[in-house]
Amino acid sequence: MRIEYLFKHKSLLDQFYIFDKIAFMNNILVADRITKQFGNHFALKNVSLEIPRNSIYGLLGPNGAGKTTLIRIINQITYQDSGTILFDGEPLKQHHISMIGYLPEERGLYKSMKVGEQTLYLAQLKGLEKAEAKKRLLFWFERLEIGDWWNKKIHELSKGMAQKIQFIVTVLHEPKLLIFDEPFSGFDPINANIIKEEILRLKEKGTSIIFSTHRMESVEEICEYIALLHNSEKILDGKLSDIKKAYKNNIFKVGMAIKNGEALLKQLSESFQIESSYYDLERAQLEFQIKLPSEDTRSFLTHLSSKGTINNFVETIPSANDIFIRTVQSKSIHE
Amino acid sequence: MNKLGLIIRREYLAKVRNKSFVIMTFLSPILMVGMVVLIAYLTKINDSETRIIAVLNESSFFTTDFNSNENNSYIVLRDLNLEKAKDTTSGLGYYGLLHIPNGNTVEAVANSAYFYSKEAPSNSVLDKLDAIFQDRLRQQKLMELGVSAEEFANIDNRFQINTETFKGQQNLKGINEIKAFIGGGFGYLIMMFIIIYGGFVMRSVIEEKTSRIIEVIISSVKPFQLMMGKIIGTSLAGLTQFAIWIVSATLLLFVVMSFLGIDATGLENTSVMPQGAMSNMAPMTPPTNEMQLYANELFQIPWAMLIFFFMIYFVLGYLIYSSIYAAIGAAVDNETDTQQFIFPIILPLMLAIYVGFFSVFSNPHGPIAVGFSLFPLTSPIVMLMRLPGGIGEGGVPVWQVLASIGLLLGTFIGIVWLAAKIYRIGILMYGKKPSYKELFKWLKY
Repeated sequence: MRIEYLFKHKSLLDQFYIFDKIAFMNNILVADRITKQFGNHFALKNVSLEIPRNSIYGLLGPNGAGKTTLIRIINQITYQDSGTILFDGEPLKQHHISMIGYLPEERGLYKSMKVGEQTLYLAQLKGLEKAEAKKRLLFWFERLEIGDWWNKKIHELSKGMAQKIQFIVTVLHEPKLLIFDEPFSGFDPINANIIKEEILRLKEKGTSIIFSTHRMESVEEICEYIALLHNSEKILDGKLSDIKKAYKNNIFKVGMAIKNGEALLKQLSESFQIESSYYDLERAQLEFQIKLPSEDTRSFLTHLSSKGTINNFVETIPSANDIFIRTVQSKSIHE
Repeated sequence: MNKLGLIIRREYLAKVRNKSFVIMTFLSPILMVGMVVLIAYLTKINDSETRIIAVLNESSFFTTDFNSNENNSYIVLRDLNLEKAKDTTSGLGYYGLLHIPNGNTVEAVANSAYFYSKEAPSNSVLDKLDAIFQDRLRQQKLMELGVSAEEFANIDNRFQINTETFKGQQNLKGINEIKAFIGGGFGYLIMMFIIIYGGFVMRSVIEEKTSRIIEVIISSVKPFQLMMGKIIGTSLAGLTQFAIWIVSATLLLFVVMSFLGIDATGLENTSVMPQGAMSNMAPMTPPTNEMQLYANELFQIPWAMLIFFFMIYFVLGYLIYSSIYAAIGAAVDNETDTQQFIFPIILPLMLAIYVGFFSVFSNPHGPIAVGFSLFPLTSPIVMLMRLPGGIGEGGVPVWQVLASIGLLLGTFIGIVWLAAKIYRIGILMYGKKPSYKELFKWLKY
């Protein structure tokens, strides 16, 4: 998609809208070849993303991969050197910031300001009218059971309590797109769960959500889409279930009760690759991981069940972390 | 309300509600007045001590010259040699001993006189003694020239020249110093305000960085808006403080004036009296009315003009310096790292004050005064020191005022632009103590 080119030519742009209407309809945010440089250091290199509407999107990668820079560009805190961003079908502009809610990784509140005053101030900065902001704040305070905090100062609250306030401020203006950078750091497990529930509820109501984290396991279960960033480049993106399917390698975990486990292992290792194995002689229990040549497991299972009782048979699905490591490794081999 | 307005409001309220602000506003004038009273009191104590000085006069001269006054009382010793006199003096705990040996001429006697004391004598004592000798020597010389004692008494009349401007305005002795002092006061006020309120802006930026709220805010507003809102809000708080001070000072002034019996309403009338009447009045004004005259002159200083320009120079000067302070606050993580950047800011301010006190006072329209009152980083202070002399004829030329304001405006735009760039990058940088080189690099991001 040569977006800049099309923007320069208005007539083409109209066509473009028609042709790509579906893409616009489906994506809340489209980033096209974003590059950002700080001095000689590239923070982002040609990163393109499509973030589907009403989805939870995981922006994953180790520290320093460029996640925060990309998020800051989306929030118009910094600006890209090249590349374009479309928000809700329009080129990203200043007025869009009232449609984005952002919970930064480096977050905090004015320590000596009262909770009510502070939240009102931040809500008004996002463009809410005072009366409306107050109404919504009272609703949220009620909901998260913090109603009596209005006149407290932030430094009187615990860190977890302050995080709740921070969350409310982020979502109060009912943005179309919510961006959470390392959202669960600083929350105790109970509060983290409350917040997770609230986020899922917001998604149900139609909000699109970006999660950015280096702790990939923490968001894996709730993300429908992911993108992996590494060394300022996007190395992988797509629907998480598709990616997992693509990255699974027909390794199965087997547990069975068998008298002569070692013999079976020996026999199997002649025709298959055994990843790991453990045989408990006393209890006659065998556990192993095996790589099969195809997804078709029927003949293999028949063979196995003739040898003993199968207790479990599970396909091992790679975690986002595994996928990340494998992708990085395969990339460095190719290079 | 627009976003800038919201930010200004918050910053203003955050400052004004602060306890230290309230205390500062009401306590510092009291402290200031208290300080002045204390200094005056201490000086008075220091001077009120009467020193007893023994005089051993072996000559035939200076017999009638040592008259005790409130500070020095003289005790004439007789029929003692010098060693005895010294012992007696120190034994009695007197301040010192003046020994005047015998001689043929006044001059020879004066030159061989010695003052002995326990410690090095104070200047005020020596000045008095010097004066006694000097008067006597002069009298002696004049007598030798044939001037009688009565004639001598007539010679020694103090004289002050009467001055008037070309427009016919009566000038009072010392009024120029008073004017310069007022200008200096304004300049000093600006310097103090810039340092104090610039510091407030800087600390406020650092606070937003350390409390990590900065990124939350700049995802809603532009960094430039936040910076300007902060600067404007803080300065409004400062102006509030000023307003309180000025109103209370004016009230105090009127109270003091009614106490001293100066009629403020009468002053307005005398200032528009015909010039002839004025100049006729001056020589025969009794000393009690001199106060009235000074007060009259003070009222003639163009206060409205001064306050108007004070506001202009104050606002522009403050905006320039406080945006630099904001950039510094953004560049560092904590206040201890700010030192290396603050010194270069304070330097031109100090320079302006010193140039003002040493050069502008003695020659308000000299080349140095003109140069520094045009240079944007010093002009707010130096120009204000020149302005009490008026604008136009006899005062600061109009073009210089316009040029300095123009230069100040240009500098303001340039500096704010640069500061905003550093600010924008700096507020998102944590954990690094930046160097000047790094700041320069940020300008290009």
